[in-house]
Amino acid sequence: MSKISVKNFNLYYTNFHALKNININIKEKRITAMIGPSGCGKSTLLRSINRINDTIEGAHTSGEINISGKNIYDTEMDVDVLRRNVGMVFQRPNPFPISIYENVAFGLKVNRIASNKSVIDETVEKSLKAVLLWDDIKDKLRKSALDLTLERQQRLCIARVIAVAPYIILLDEPCSSLDPVATRRIEELMIQLKDEYTIVMVTHNMQQAARISYDTAFMLLGELIEFEKTEKIFTNPSRKETEDYVTGRFG
Amino acid sequence: MRKIIDTVIETVIFICAILSIIFVVLIFGFLFKEGFAFFKDFGITKFITGKFWNPSSNPALFGILPLIVGSTLVTVGACVIAVPIGVMTALYISEIAPKGIRDILKSLVELMAAIPSVVIGFVGMITLVPFVRIFFNIPTGLTAFSGSIMLAFMAMPTIVTISEDAIRSVPWHYKEGAFALGATKWQTIRRIVLKAAMPGIIAAIMLGIGRVIGETMAVMMITGNAAHIPDSIFEPVRTMTATIAAEMGETVRGDMHYKALFAIGLVLFVITFIVNFIADLFLGKSKNK
Repeated sequence: MSKISVKNFNLYYTNFHALKNININIKEKRITAMIGPSGCGKSTLLRSINRINDTIEGAHTSGEINISGKNIYDTEMDVDVLRRNVGMVFQRPNPFPISIYENVAFGLKVNRIASNKSVIDETVEKSLKAVLLWDDIKDKLRKSALDLTLERQQRLCIARVIAVAPYIILLDEPCSSLDPVATRRIEELMIQLKDEYTIVMVTHNMQQAARISYDTAFMLLGELIEFEKTEKIFTNPSRKETEDYVTGRFG
Repeated sequence: MRKIIDTVIETVIFICAILSIIFVVLIFGFLFKEGFAFFKDFGITKFITGKFWNPSSNPALFGILPLIVGSTLVTVGACVIAVPIGVMTALYISEIAPKGIRDILKSLVELMAAIPSVVIGFVGMITLVPFVRIFFNIPTGLTAFSGSIMLAFMAMPTIVTISEDAIRSVPWHYKEGAFALGATKWQTIRRIVLKAAMPGIIAAIMLGIGRVIGETMAVMMITGNAAHIPDSIFEPVRTMTATIAAEMGETVRGDMHYKALFAIGLVLFVITFIVNFIADLFLGKSKNK
């Protein structure tokens, strides 16, 4: 069953054609990886799924992205509601310069999901537990989130997303600023989370895609070249470009 | 030869740098010498808490409490007006305005900073003062309230430009993170941008206060210069700066009155020093992030 279905989707940054007629169906409760060399459009595609690209001046689109059957580029779509349902974790951990607690509570408050303190407390605890941070920082909830290590900051950013209970989590190279040990642990976390969330991840690291994703999309110069089971992409790709990329001939 | 030029230029630059420090130290030393002599003769507590400023009475009274109250009232009034408007303007310029309007507004605000204070005082005197007198139906429009309004105009450019800097330097990824969680633009501004920019905004306010507290010409023209402790903001007041400017010409060099004015200068210096110090503290904090 597909959760996200992209149909004839194009995106332009002013005059630059960044995504060319993309068609892809992303399955529910799986990890889908998007790979490709820098500038291939994989992050742009990811950022189109929660319309965070709207905040970039000059970005405009055509075509559809349907989530649970609804076109999110429809004029009636409430973008704030969309972004609540489609969470995003960025390349560089970006906790807000406020306390750890307030970081997790932020989404609950702005979306008016909860205003009762005990409900918020409970959700904060649950979210931090889900990212395996709770035991380490439960005594430091009032401390600034910026004092955490990068790995913990990234976990916090994931907790912040989980707190508002999205269906989909988008991750844009979530491990690129982390060391290998932290990367491994974030990957383990993602594997755990896939049972509850549809996860789409952009990665620069092909091994990472091979390790944890179910499906992999290979993109090149704004086009989707191939979208298949991860295993097939890495062992027996049908397109020459994919093979050249995964075997390291370019990129 | 090239080495010599290097050494010469380095020395010149060093002297220029050290000169400004020397000037500050000399000014402070001079203020301190004259002011301190006064404290010794008259008593510092009597000076600061004395309720009457009347240098020509017998015995002469040098209580600067009315002047401190005057300065404080005008400054606080100016802040109450300038801070909300200034910060909102900064927010509008940096977050909301389309590019064309932003550029126009920015240059207008900078132009505002270039208006000489005597012009602000003059314009206030002929427009605002009569308006305040008639509108509030009070005997004179030369009040602390009028002074606050005019000073707010003078503090605003400082507050706007420095706050705008602080708001604009809030990293984009904070905002992106907030949008990605479903926050609206206003929620993002209120909960994240303002919080992240707060040290810079406080520094801006402090520098604005520093400008207002030291301002002389406009307050002298508008606030009525009555050295008494006012009951409300709608009464004339006299500030510390206006007292020094107005009375320095009447004193005899070296007498008590002369020294008292230096002592006021010293008090003013200490206050502005503290305000600027706090501003620096917050500016440093906002840069370290």
